Amino acid sequence: MPFIPHTEDELRQMLDAIGAASIDDLFDEIPAELRCGELEGIGPGLSEMEVNRLMQEKARQDGQPLCFIGAGAYDHHIPAAVWQITTRGEFYTAYTPYQAEASQGTLQLLYEYQTMMSELMAMEVSNASLYDGASALAEAVLMAVRANRKSKSKRILVPRTLHPAYRATVRTLVKNQGIELVELPYDATTGQTDLEALEKHRGEDFAALVAVQPNFFGILEAVDEMTDWAHANGMLAIGVVNPLAMAILTPPGEWGEKGVDIGCGDCQPLGAPLSSGGPYFGFMCCTQKLVRQMPGRIIGRTLDLEGREGFALTLQAREQHIRRSKATSNICTNQGLMVTAATIHMALLGAEGLARVAAACHANLRRLVEKLTGLGEIEPAFSGPVFHETVLRLPMEVPRVLRTLAAHNILGGYHLGEEYPELNDCLLVCATETRTEGDMDKYAQKLEGVLATRRQGACATMVKFDPE
Amino acid sequence: MLIFEHSRAGRRAQAQAPRQEAGLDAIPEKLHRQSKPRLPEVSELQAVRHYTRLSQKNFSIDTQFYPLGSCTMKYNPRACNALAMLPGLLGRHPLAPESHSQGFLSAMHELQEILREVTGMAAVSLAPMAGAQGEFAGVAMIRAYHDARGDSDRTEILVPDAAHGTNPATAVMCGYKAREIPTLANGDVDLEALQVALGPQTAGIMLTNPSTLGVFERHIATIAEMVHKAGGLLYYDGANLNAILGRVRPGDMGFDVIHMNLHKTFSTPHGGGGPGAGPVGVSERLAPYLPVPMVGFDGRDYGWLTEKERPETIGRLSAFAGNAGVLLRAYVYAKMLGSEGMRRVADYSTLNANYMMKRLTDAGFAAAYPQRRATHEFIITLKKEARVLGVNAMDFAKRMLDFGMHAPTTYFPLLVPECFLIEPTETEAKEALDAFVEAMIRIREEAQTEPEKVKGAPWTLPVRRLDDVRAARKLDLKWEPTE
Repeated sequence: MPFIPHTEDELRQMLDAIGAASIDDLFDEIPAELRCGELEGIGPGLSEMEVNRLMQEKARQDGQPLCFIGAGAYDHHIPAAVWQITTRGEFYTAYTPYQAEASQGTLQLLYEYQTMMSELMAMEVSNASLYDGASALAEAVLMAVRANRKSKSKRILVPRTLHPAYRATVRTLVKNQGIELVELPYDATTGQTDLEALEKHRGEDFAALVAVQPNFFGILEAVDEMTDWAHANGMLAIGVVNPLAMAILTPPGEWGEKGVDIGCGDCQPLGAPLSSGGPYFGFMCCTQKLVRQMPGRIIGRTLDLEGREGFALTLQAREQHIRRSKATSNICTNQGLMVTAATIHMALLGAEGLARVAAACHANLRRLVEKLTGLGEIEPAFSGPVFHETVLRLPMEVPRVLRTLAAHNILGGYHLGEEYPELNDCLLVCATETRTEGDMDKYAQKLEGVLATRRQGACATMVKFDPE
Repeated sequence: MLIFEHSRAGRRAQAQAPRQEAGLDAIPEKLHRQSKPRLPEVSELQAVRHYTRLSQKNFSIDTQFYPLGSCTMKYNPRACNALAMLPGLLGRHPLAPESHSQGFLSAMHELQEILREVTGMAAVSLAPMAGAQGEFAGVAMIRAYHDARGDSDRTEILVPDAAHGTNPATAVMCGYKAREIPTLANGDVDLEALQVALGPQTAGIMLTNPSTLGVFERHIATIAEMVHKAGGLLYYDGANLNAILGRVRPGDMGFDVIHMNLHKTFSTPHGGGGPGAGPVGVSERLAPYLPVPMVGFDGRDYGWLTEKERPETIGRLSAFAGNAGVLLRAYVYAKMLGSEGMRRVADYSTLNANYMMKRLTDAGFAAAYPQRRATHEFIITLKKEARVLGVNAMDFAKRMLDFGMHAPTTYFPLLVPECFLIEPTETEAKEALDAFVEAMIRIREEAQTEPEKVKGAPWTLPVRRLDDVRAARKLDLKWEPTE
């Protein structure tokens, strides 16, 4: 029996000890009419060899394309040591460190993570993780509404340049508590949040303002001005950032005069593989003043009976297992293993390594843009400065271009028209440090082919991607 | 020693970063970071050694018996990890077009179907990223259902007093009041109290069955009838699904919505506190509200179903499609079990729990519900030991660590005094269960002869008992250099 160690003899001995004739007897408290028969829709079990073959086949089918999509998930190099250590059974198969003395490994690692994340964000405290960037922002919004004592409002100002899926997720998670998101438009020239539009809200009551760096278009926002504006108008400032970018850009703790009150974002760029969108993890940092309003696990350093240093879950009175209906959030299991990977990743790269990766991404994006705009007819849609992702305007139907590139096993970017109708002719492209000169040349060459077909007035032949 | 204390200015793991330093001249000077974050500056070997050593300070399933009640700490097959990390799956971008997603999507679609079948529900969404998010999705769907019918005056969610803390916390996140209902001395829900609590204000009830008391709720069919009659819906907390897999299905018990903890029942790793996955299943009437994205199949190709195809959805719960890598691990596990294997999960986890309960009660320990069958877990109350010997459940738990076994869940559920919630799981051999029983007997003997040995435990771990009060009063949440 897969994964079940009992021999026939043991089964008999155990049933005898219990005083039951069969395993069926152990279920005799379940009313007979509720019990189910054979699960017909589920086939027989496979051996490891068979399931191996099945999964190899599925993996092969998806083609391992050359990818220039970012849009919230970025293909970075992950040192081999990161996942080799992370998947050691002692990390991989432990649980939430309720028994602190038997969990010092995980607890110390989380304390080190909290230190690293506070440093990277230049903020006072960090929790031990939330699910992902989008849900972390939802928690930040709930926290801001609880924590802002100056405001009675349940409204939040959110830029349209925030990732559309983040806006959708936040809406799902906060709407039942009567919280409303009010969207801020962006400047069609720069691609940055329109500060004049923001100014029109002066004097209105909002609990918080969200600022994003870089924004969904890859553009760098005027975060100093936005943070100061929020504070001047009695709002909390929430910063949403790509943590890798913070190795080279002003971190949220230093935005404007006072820095943001709550920082959050997705830590996928720190050691999590793309893996179809998850598991990643969300981080959350805040000011010391707000720490008791923070959701999620928090680790503290303390002393044992003999005065030795050790680590334990702390401030648990905020949490659901103690406070039940009055908890700061319902979160229980978070993304511990991903934090393990991120901590080892940050330790291996250090500040210098992360800064080099970030700068290499930025340089690659510039190179890619040069190559693609060099084809003629393609131009950047916005004038604002960028990090490692940007918006290009194409002279022909974007989905058609993407389909043709995909047939050549290249994922050319993300079509913005689906979420921003006014940008229907625009493509969001990304190049990380893992894309080589050759990769970018290949992209440019195939794209040139697509454009040439169009110039010749011919219909690009619709080839479908075939993993064979 | 912290990683920061291994740090020396100028040291780094050079092979791990791009060789060339690139310029940032296209980024305005005022956006450049001025202060350098104090991250560790260590060699690759130092980092590897440090974190390997830290791992060795953990108890885990791979190294110890881990009978943590309500958490289902069973063996996590290595194949699940290896196959979810095949390069083609690991490197797949979440926004890859469907032309480059058929392998991944077909696995997800089949997983939806498997979970639907094993729970007896009409439809399943894999979107929630953990049990608590599954709970959120479930209660949000209950709310969406009432709202869509113009039945919006329902303000309360009923929760038994034995429930997980996530249940009442979730009700509040969905804008409801949580109202507790009591449990009878035999472990079943108090039906009279339930009848009193039910009314036009009832939106639904959240139940775990088997309950966190380690017993099966025998009147579930009656409860379903009572709640439905009052216009409420039934929510099934899947924390204990392991106990009934392939034996009885929440859909057949009358539940309208359920969440599953794949990191429990479907053996994906607990990872030191996640990531989990909390898919939700629903009956026909709640199907339109399932969270997106879901995976559809048109007979030829697999594709995403989003807000466009499912306009009544409660919406998205994450930026992409939930914890895909966890879902892949659960898929591999489900494929290896097959239908027979699933039933065996319930059979042998129940066998192990009943065997342990019998051996412990034979040895003189008190079961909280001695007249009841154990499910996949059971409760021992150490009330007598605490009173007579002055050694409480926490002392037993800490001493158990010295015997090389993780402690059971202690002091939960809150209504049983000095309790141990013990869940051995189906993957443990008889000798591990016997060793635990022997350790319990030894600890009780020690409590009689040398109580300090128990009250002062643990003695053999990297640290002795930690000062939690100090941790909360003198908050030290990050390292600072000591110059």
